[in-house]
Amino acid sequence: MSGLIGDWHALLVLLLAGILPNEVWRMLGLWLGGGVDESSELLVWVRAVATAILAGVIAQILVLPPGALATVPAALRYGAVVAGFLAFLGFRRSIFVGVASGEIVMVGGTIWLG
Amino acid sequence: MSCAPRSLFHWPAVSLPPFDSPKWQTSPRAFAQGLRATASTVLTLVLFATYLGIGALAHDTGFSLVWVLASTVFLWAGPAQIILISTLGSGATAAQAAIAVTVSAIRLFPMVVSVLPMLRLPATRKREMILPAHFTAVTLWVECFRLLPLVPRERRIAFTNGLGVGLVTASSIATTIGFLLAANLPRTLAAAILLLTPLAFLLSTARNSHRLVDRLALLLGLALYPLVSMLNTGVDILISGVSAGTIAYGVHVLRKRGA
Repeated sequence: MSGLIGDWHALLVLLLAGILPNEVWRMLGLWLGGGVDESSELLVWVRAVATAILAGVIAQILVLPPGALATVPAALRYGAVVAGFLAFLGFRRSIFVGVASGEIVMVGGTIWLG
Repeated sequence: MSCAPRSLFHWPAVSLPPFDSPKWQTSPRAFAQGLRATASTVLTLVLFATYLGIGALAHDTGFSLVWVLASTVFLWAGPAQIILISTLGSGATAAQAAIAVTVSAIRLFPMVVSVLPMLRLPATRKREMILPAHFTAVTLWVECFRLLPLVPRERRIAFTNGLGVGLVTASSIATTIGFLLAANLPRTLAAAILLLTPLAFLLSTARNSHRLVDRLALLLGLALYPLVSMLNTGVDILISGVSAGTIAYGVHVLRKRGA
């Protein structure tokens, strides 16, 4: 990757492989979504698909983890997220409590496993 | 952050001025309210932590600070940034990375489609909504559904732009700190920061899923991806997302007919 540090080629890759393929969906939404009614059935479906795709992104980070997360055993990664979700449900749906609990389980488990 | 430790345990109460307040009279004032709202949400804290992780990941993968800052400001989608950095870092070609990014970004289309009707007046032109559309990502999407009903309709674009600028600024600061810290970060801490993204995205989406159809879509999306990923199609997220979302919608339609 050293060839990609800070030069124009890396920024070109960012534009072509990152910014444009990402931004195109926002601009398409702006272009095509103008006529869609706020309470339409189409939006219910579209929102369900958006939620499920985001769920897929979450699952992908856990199943095929990036960087240092790959050094954490799979069972511990899944266990930490399940613990975080249960704490979230059990503590008035608090995002803070859920995130903190998941992190404690992961860090604690890593230290315990050595 | 204006959060006292106690308020961190609850979703902070929304404190926006009433509709007839002079604080909504001009667009710059509405922009300032949006900027201020950035400091009143736990999601900013979560976003901050996520971008610490992205800065650290970019450093470890060999990208420059300018590169990762440009990705935060112009790409502005946490999962897509993580996917781009990790696919390029693992030796994939730019074309393969572009496909992975664009598949993860499809979810932005329905987000924009569902946010824009809340911003629009009959006289609103498309170009006024380019900036709000760019800022649309999961955090802004969730916050728009929570806050925009409390904002006078004619000030919603300015408010959303203020919110967006505030979130991007906080994230850019976090990206820089994460990048600079990365060299000295113990491995367990780096892993903990990377785990923040799936945790935060899962819980904020669950928090925002009030209807059965959205909860079902979340659950089925999580369950289907690991199965579909075994097919190794390159568009696994797209296949699992569209299937799970459509099944959830089908259940919604059947229940409505039955009722």
